[in-house]
Amino acid sequence: MTVVNSTPAIESRQLNIYYGKFHAVRDVNLSIERNKITAMIGPSGCGKSTVLRCFNRMNDLIPIARTEGEVLFNGQNIYADTVDPVQVRRHVGMVFQKPNPFPKSIYENIAWGAKINGFVGNMDELVEESLRDAALWDEVKDKLHQSALGLSGGQQQRLCIARTIAVKPDIILMDEPCSALDPIATLKIEDLMRELVENYTIIIVTHNMQQAARVSDYTAFFMVDDSRTGHLMEFGPTKELFTKPKHKQTEDYITGRFG
Amino acid sequence: MSSTTQTIVAARTFGSEQVSNLRRRHAYGRVFEALGLAAIMIGLLFLVVLLFDVIVDGLPWLRPQLFTEFPSRFAERSGMRSALQGTFWMMLITAAIAFPLGVSAAIYLEEYISRDHWYARIIEINISNLAGVPSIIYGLLGLGLFVRYMGLGRSLLAGALTMALLVLPIIIVAAREALRAVPSSQRQAAYALGATRWQVTRDHVLPSAMSGILTGVILALSRAIGETAPLITIGALTYIAFDLRSPLDIFTVMPIQIFNWISLPQREFSALAAAGIVVLMVVLLTMNSLAIIMRQRMRKQW
Ligand SMILES: Nc1ncnc2c1ncn2[C@@H]1O[C@H](COP(=O)(O)OP(=O)(O)OP(=O)(O)O)[C@@H](O)[C@H]1O
Ligand SMILES: [Mg+2]
Repeated sequence: MTVVNSTPAIESRQLNIYYGKFHAVRDVNLSIERNKITAMIGPSGCGKSTVLRCFNRMNDLIPIARTEGEVLFNGQNIYADTVDPVQVRRHVGMVFQKPNPFPKSIYENIAWGAKINGFVGNMDELVEESLRDAALWDEVKDKLHQSALGLSGGQQQRLCIARTIAVKPDIILMDEPCSALDPIATLKIEDLMRELVENYTIIIVTHNMQQAARVSDYTAFFMVDDSRTGHLMEFGPTKELFTKPKHKQTEDYITGRFG
Repeated sequence: MSSTTQTIVAARTFGSEQVSNLRRRHAYGRVFEALGLAAIMIGLLFLVVLLFDVIVDGLPWLRPQLFTEFPSRFAERSGMRSALQGTFWMMLITAAIAFPLGVSAAIYLEEYISRDHWYARIIEINISNLAGVPSIIYGLLGLGLFVRYMGLGRSLLAGALTMALLVLPIIIVAAREALRAVPSSQRQAAYALGATRWQVTRDHVLPSAMSGILTGVILALSRAIGETAPLITIGALTYIAFDLRSPLDIFTVMPIQIFNWISLPQREFSALAAAGIVVLMVVLLTMNSLAIIMRQRMRKQW
């Protein structure tokens, strides 16, 4: 039933990112399809997180980071001078590696983002709906006003997802969202992602090849060159990339032969 | 790594060599423990002796008149009413000025400009230096700036402004530390929801840091409460026998009153001073306990 929309959800053009003098990532051209899960994989330090943070301008918070090139969101360059990064992040949410709920109640964790973005509807309904969408409602419905820090790691991470979808972004970025979780909590998050992708576009960074293969529709493989600058090596539908990779490095990496 | 291995080996084989080695290491540990305990005891001993001495001297003079009477030529009729008022109002005004200024400055330095920025560094170094400037220098500044230039005279307001300058660097340093202790993951989470810097600071960073900030403020104020030199410099060493009516009245504070009594030749006034010291100490301890309770309360909140 999803309307096929040919324009990508978000797209980077000739993206180059520097930390001070260090050229962290070069010439990334990546086009993310709507309502799909795109996985970003590659060895540590190849710039996956760096690229991910460019999609909602979180890199702006790192003083020494500098970005060149364009990131097009709905056809508009989010790095244009006229664009306010605050506005970008309202549309492109982010879930972090370590669950980081606010040290407030479960309810407030969800309500805050909506409140600051000028939400005027029924807050109780929004909280319930977001928690249901994040598959957390049944576990927390009796303790909405207790501290979010009392939840388990996996519950906290789902709370962070609920908090993100409460502001109704178009895209959700996830940087290794399961790396601090046990296998069961991980599977729960993966199931959740498959459900969320009906309504959202998801980009996930992962070190877990099985996870990328299980959950994603597209996979982007990043590599580093001799000067430790990261670049996009190969990008395509996950099935193809995992079954018949075009590059030897991709094959080595996904089969675990990479040093 | 190797010591753990040794312990394990010793436990398993009970070889005489390892056991004696282990015994020696435990002995070192015990020696250090004893030294540490002795150090604490020496500090505590002096404190207890001092306290005891002051309380014994001052106890007979800890009577209602101490709080209700103005100072007088006669020890029996002397109290520290005006000094208590002066201290209370001066602290209130000092806090009202220094708290918003200091916290705003700290927020600006921590949240709004990059720590690596060159002028952030210059400001940082200067603030640390200011925190170490002898208090009498602040007195001279207050004398020149508030008393003379701004024409406030030797008033309570001039004293409070001087004290505010004195505690400002301490408050800024403490507040910055408290702000820095807020994990950056909190800020990132908030930014990622489309919050502005001010929203992040107001709703997440400040509430998380508030207990630390308040603790710092109370400790800074409790330092100011015992300060004498800067206030003497601006001319607060006077005999006050009337109630404070306005911030522009001349004033005195507890440590000055105590200093005043000690410098009188009669023995009774020394005892009166001891009673004053007890009162001052109770106030200080109360403030410090308040700081501790506040820290505990806020931490437990979630
Ligand atoms: N804040 C920063 N300041 C300076 N250099 C940074 C910063 N963040 C990342 N880098 C550098 O940029 C490069 C890419 O880092 P990035 O974190 O994007 O890698 P990654 O692919 O996400 O690695 P991992 O899989 O370990 O998370 C690395 O060489 C890293 O040292
Ligand atoms: Mg990373």
